[in-house]
Amino acid sequence: MSKFKKKKGGDLPAISTASLPDIVFMLLFFFMVATVMRENTLKIQNQLPVADQIEKLDKKNPISYVYAGKPSRGYEKYGTEARIQLNDKFAEINEIAGFVNAERAALREELVPFLTISLKVDKDANMGIVGDIKQELRKVNALKINYTTGKGDALSNLD
Amino acid sequence: MAKRSAPEVNAGSMADIAFLLLIFFLVTTTIEKDSGINRKLPPMEDSEEDVIIKQKNIFTVLLNGKDQLLVEDDLMEVKDLRAAAVEFLDNGGDGSCDYCKGRRDPSSSDNPDKAIISLKNERETSYAAYISVQNELVAAYNVLRNRRALEIGPQKGFRDMNFVEMQVAYKDARFTGNKTKLKEVIDQIKVEFPQKLSEVQ
Repeated sequence: MSKFKKKKGGDLPAISTASLPDIVFMLLFFFMVATVMRENTLKIQNQLPVADQIEKLDKKNPISYVYAGKPSRGYEKYGTEARIQLNDKFAEINEIAGFVNAERAALREELVPFLTISLKVDKDANMGIVGDIKQELRKVNALKINYTTGKGDALSNLD
Repeated sequence: MAKRSAPEVNAGSMADIAFLLLIFFLVTTTIEKDSGINRKLPPMEDSEEDVIIKQKNIFTVLLNGKDQLLVEDDLMEVKDLRAAAVEFLDNGGDGSCDYCKGRRDPSSSDNPDKAIISLKNERETSYAAYISVQNELVAAYNVLRNRRALEIGPQKGFRDMNFVEMQVAYKDARFTGNKTKLKEVIDQIKVEFPQKLSEVQ
């Protein structure tokens, strides 16, 4: 009888899934490495202009970010003019001093003079708001700034 | 009795393949880093001492509310700004600058140390235009500094490196050359072509 039964084993054997964890871990590691953590949820449009004479912001020194731009969709009630965002919320121009002091307080003392303020300003914003931010930063003596930009041909900003 | 079912595929080496890929991606991906134009703001000063600067040593760049560029009171395209700034900085009108290759026009800047670029913008100027202009002005300084680096670099043992590459190498932990020497060269170039860019508030 068994002579006829053995035909049954002709269907495909189950594919081993033992290596599935490896693949998953591989993907996990890949994304862990390639992802940049975004610290803040942006409530504003933040398309940076491009430039080609740029220097890298080295992470060895502390960096604080000041964002500015038009409120993005869902936040239209804050108007259509460019606004400043500090951490997770909209801020007024006079809150910058407090923000810088708070950032400094969180740092080790020897790093305080190296604090760089990275200005992430939308390309459609006008210079009025940037000038105001710069003036506020001067008042609290935070003089190292960086106009954070993308990389590209600077002349294409104007199109 | 012969077993006819297909033998199970050996999956033992799958992990090796996975690790190979993992290491490949680890090596090849670069994490996107923020980059931009570094600037130093002038400190707040109470003293109202007027420094007298000769008009010919100031290169005025005005970006008005309609994003029009006025250089020394003439309308100019942004793409021509770099060359104009280089010409101004490199002029060497008083002859004290032996590394300048400009026209030595007495009506333009005396030497790179005295030459100041004054950038003025209005509140309505767009940020994009402002960055473009900043970029071109930084580029003008870099053009001159690169040229100087290629002149003095070979004597100090840094062949075929321009100023920008020198700065990158100086920050790079893997750079094998003499860093103290490199720092000297960078500093010398910075003194010879100081970045004097003043912004009018």
